[in-house]
Amino acid sequence: MEKIAHTFPLEHGHEAGHDHEAQGSPEHHGPGFWGTYIFSPDHKVIGLQYGLTSLAFLLFGFFLMLMMRWQISKPGVPVPLLGPLLEKVLGSAAPHGALSPDLYNSFGAMHGTIMVFLAIVPLAFVAYSNFVLPLQIGAPDMAYPRVNMASYQAFVLGGVLMLTSFVIPGGAAQAGWTSYSPLASLVPTDGQIFWLVGMVFIITSGLLSAVNFIATVIQLRAPGMTWMRLPFFVWAQFVTSFLLLLAFPPLEAAAVMQLMDKVAHTSFFLPTGLAVGGAYAHISGGGSPLLWQHLFWFLGHPEVYVLILPAMGIVCEIIACNTRKPIWGYKSLVYSVLSIGFLSFIVWAHHMYLTGMGTKVAWFFQATTMIISIPSVIILTCFFISLWGASIRFNTPMLFSLAFLPMFGIGGLTGLPLGFNISDVHLHDTYYIIAHFHYVVAPGTIFALFAGIYYWFPKMTGRMMNEFWGRVHFWGSLIFMNIVFMPMFAQGMAGMLRRMADGGANYSAAVNSKAGADVIGGLSNNIMEMHTWILWGACLLGVVQIPFIINLFWSIRHGKKAANDNPWEATTLEWQTASPPPHTNFAVAPHVYRGPYEYSVPGHDTDFTPQNEPPK
Amino acid sequence: MDFPYIVEPRRDTGLYNAKLGIWLFLASEVMLFGALFSAYVLLRVGAEPGMWPHGWLNIPIGTANTIVLITSSITTVMAWVSCKERRYGRFKFFHALTILLAMTFVCIKSFEYHDKFTHYEVTLANGKFADGHLMERSKDFDLAKHTGSVTIHGYEVDNEADLMDLHRPEAKNIQREEITIPATEIKFMERYGPWHHTYLAIYFTLTALHAFHVICGAVVIGFLWGPGTKMWRTDPERFTNRIEVSGLFWHFVDLVWIFLFPVLYLL
Amino acid sequence: MSSHETHSVRGYIFVFLALIAGTVLTVWASFIRFGSAEINIAVALTIATVKAFLVVAYFMHLISERKMIYLVMGFTAFFFAALMGLTVWSLQPNSLIHI
Repeated sequence: MEKIAHTFPLEHGHEAGHDHEAQGSPEHHGPGFWGTYIFSPDHKVIGLQYGLTSLAFLLFGFFLMLMMRWQISKPGVPVPLLGPLLEKVLGSAAPHGALSPDLYNSFGAMHGTIMVFLAIVPLAFVAYSNFVLPLQIGAPDMAYPRVNMASYQAFVLGGVLMLTSFVIPGGAAQAGWTSYSPLASLVPTDGQIFWLVGMVFIITSGLLSAVNFIATVIQLRAPGMTWMRLPFFVWAQFVTSFLLLLAFPPLEAAAVMQLMDKVAHTSFFLPTGLAVGGAYAHISGGGSPLLWQHLFWFLGHPEVYVLILPAMGIVCEIIACNTRKPIWGYKSLVYSVLSIGFLSFIVWAHHMYLTGMGTKVAWFFQATTMIISIPSVIILTCFFISLWGASIRFNTPMLFSLAFLPMFGIGGLTGLPLGFNISDVHLHDTYYIIAHFHYVVAPGTIFALFAGIYYWFPKMTGRMMNEFWGRVHFWGSLIFMNIVFMPMFAQGMAGMLRRMADGGANYSAAVNSKAGADVIGGLSNNIMEMHTWILWGACLLGVVQIPFIINLFWSIRHGKKAANDNPWEATTLEWQTASPPPHTNFAVAPHVYRGPYEYSVPGHDTDFTPQNEPPK
Repeated sequence: MDFPYIVEPRRDTGLYNAKLGIWLFLASEVMLFGALFSAYVLLRVGAEPGMWPHGWLNIPIGTANTIVLITSSITTVMAWVSCKERRYGRFKFFHALTILLAMTFVCIKSFEYHDKFTHYEVTLANGKFADGHLMERSKDFDLAKHTGSVTIHGYEVDNEADLMDLHRPEAKNIQREEITIPATEIKFMERYGPWHHTYLAIYFTLTALHAFHVICGAVVIGFLWGPGTKMWRTDPERFTNRIEVSGLFWHFVDLVWIFLFPVLYLL
Repeated sequence: MSSHETHSVRGYIFVFLALIAGTVLTVWASFIRFGSAEINIAVALTIATVKAFLVVAYFMHLISERKMIYLVMGFTAFFFAALMGLTVWSLQPNSLIHI
């Protein structure tokens, strides 16, 4: 195995690039630029690659959303600043720089796809696991470093395909991020094919990562790191890996089948008697649109837990460290996250209540959906109780983590009416759903991800991010995210449906004109005016990310140097090695003697006891 | 820090890293093929009564392929045993056999695919159906212009439903002969490709995905038989582990076929 | 590798012959017209499961592995069953209430 001890790329002040021994060939001088930054099997480099790439996708998805919100507020009005560029690149899809309805649909589909599969999952799950997980368990790297590298490459390929689909004739996929058949097979664009092939690459990347992380946690824990001494972050990522391992493949199978429908004219998801444009489609028929939905949501539901569990893991680490107390209920947390993992596989059809399933089946999925809310509440409760009597340090990571709690709480609680069949009938496919899931992912997961960036930045670089601009970022994001998403609950309950390019104006007018103004189904002026608030909120939310982006890159070279390798005075193993860690993470393999959250242990001279500190 | 458990297993799990990895990967593959199998079940259960085909695949050929794969499974195991016993020559022999059997499987499969792609269902202008293998097209055959004729080796039926169940007792009496059909009598003709019926769609998808796994497995085994043997000299235990890991994948491929064969060919 | 890996070649050959026999049996059984199609399906799947068990237990050595792998494959088997079962069940038009 490798004995080359080249240094991690961001390290400076150490013997950068000088202390390596070549294996066998004397002229071997280390891996060079390409081997260090681009084709490195080092999990820390791969973690950063994933992190930066997914943040770029996050920003791209954000811009898609801004243009959509503009269109919703001002249908047919050219998008400011970006309008001319849109028209130049996309031609007739963006007449005079405004979004045509088809373009709106493709932005909607791609916003969802990019945010879920190219931004949040690669960042929350892959990037964070890659950088932190091996360090936290005391391992020298991931179990399969080269597979790790391959998974990043597959991810990039998938992302490139998705981005390219915007500029092909016909444009990108337009049938929602859920790509329901028959629409997905009938939309006259090759963008759907790009989407499907892109998904196959992205799923492959995710599977390789999942295999890697599970094997790493099982096999490469340092001596003394028993299962119940693992940081909760590791448990969360471990369960998340299983979710992806077992739930991604059915979507991959479904994507292959939908690809066959599109390219080989099969009828996996196309029913007999399907009519397109007034004439019977020339297909064999016999397929089932419901089959696609089942296979999609079999992934789709575990997917949402993939989006939230890593966030809970990150928040747990930060809360423990910044309350200077052990997390309350570690065992409850572990059993809860295991229960969530298991249950998440058998709740999926609560996304399909309106497909005409029998009441017995609806009853089953309703029951499992209600049951799965229990461990989620347990986890949140453990975090809340952990704050009791704590000596809280209100630094930027802690602010984001604290805000995560009520924000995720709102997201989770607003999910309850959706879990019940009877209330979901009214709320399905409305803006209520959009508000619910964005609350969980945007001021939920993304806040946790921001928290983690501020928290682990000193470990990656040896420098701190600027605390003032961190707070500006925090307060701005908190306020504006709520301005964007809170009104959507009201809009959804008033009946505003999803995926309408003009924000419901035509639908509302059509209903109102039939039976007088302001009847059920019509949308009142108050509801429609909320679009303006939301647009302003979204724009200002974007503005307040600018200090974050500048802070992130500027602090790499000019941030205040961290006081030492453990500036937060944390107990977990990643803080007990250099910042940034050397190639094999630990100069000597650590030995673990205690659990992960031994803060404020009575009789100890400091208020934290690292996991690898030998007992006295 | 040394990288642990690449060769020697970790005591509490009893596994070396690569073995755990391949089992995890196989778990995901179970879900992949499982989803396709559940698609098969759904499509079959949801089909119109009497319109789900039986007997469209050749059972003796399928049985032969099954035996080919089962044999390749035991040659894979024997290759690993030979490695454990450090008998290099025997390992090479059994591994080569495995690759040959894999290629045999793919050849037989290709033959089956070709057979389907030369099989046509012809919808006649008079509402009846002709069905059989294409023998020849006349030089001036053009369906759009209604010129020329096709000759198929098959039979004619009144209803499309009569083409479905070839396992029913009356099907034994079907006489197949050469039938020449002028283009003027043909409304529409379609090959037995995946677009023709959802049964064929799932058949082609399942078996093509499976064949893709066979080919990938054969490539890996081929690599280990050829360039990969360099490691035999430097680290034979680690090389043996690689043979075991690739063998596990290969057995999975065999496993999938053990279910594919009865489901697609027999039921 | 673990020390209990002294596998006999005779054992493998026995499993191989059992697999061949299973193949012949399942083809033969498919030509017997049982009462209903369900019985044919059950017979074929049972034979296939037995064959699969032999491959997994003996060729893939699962029978001599430790708990860890059983856990992984056990969960997989359960979720595979859930995907199949719940999907098919959801297609049945059953109602507690007739609207």
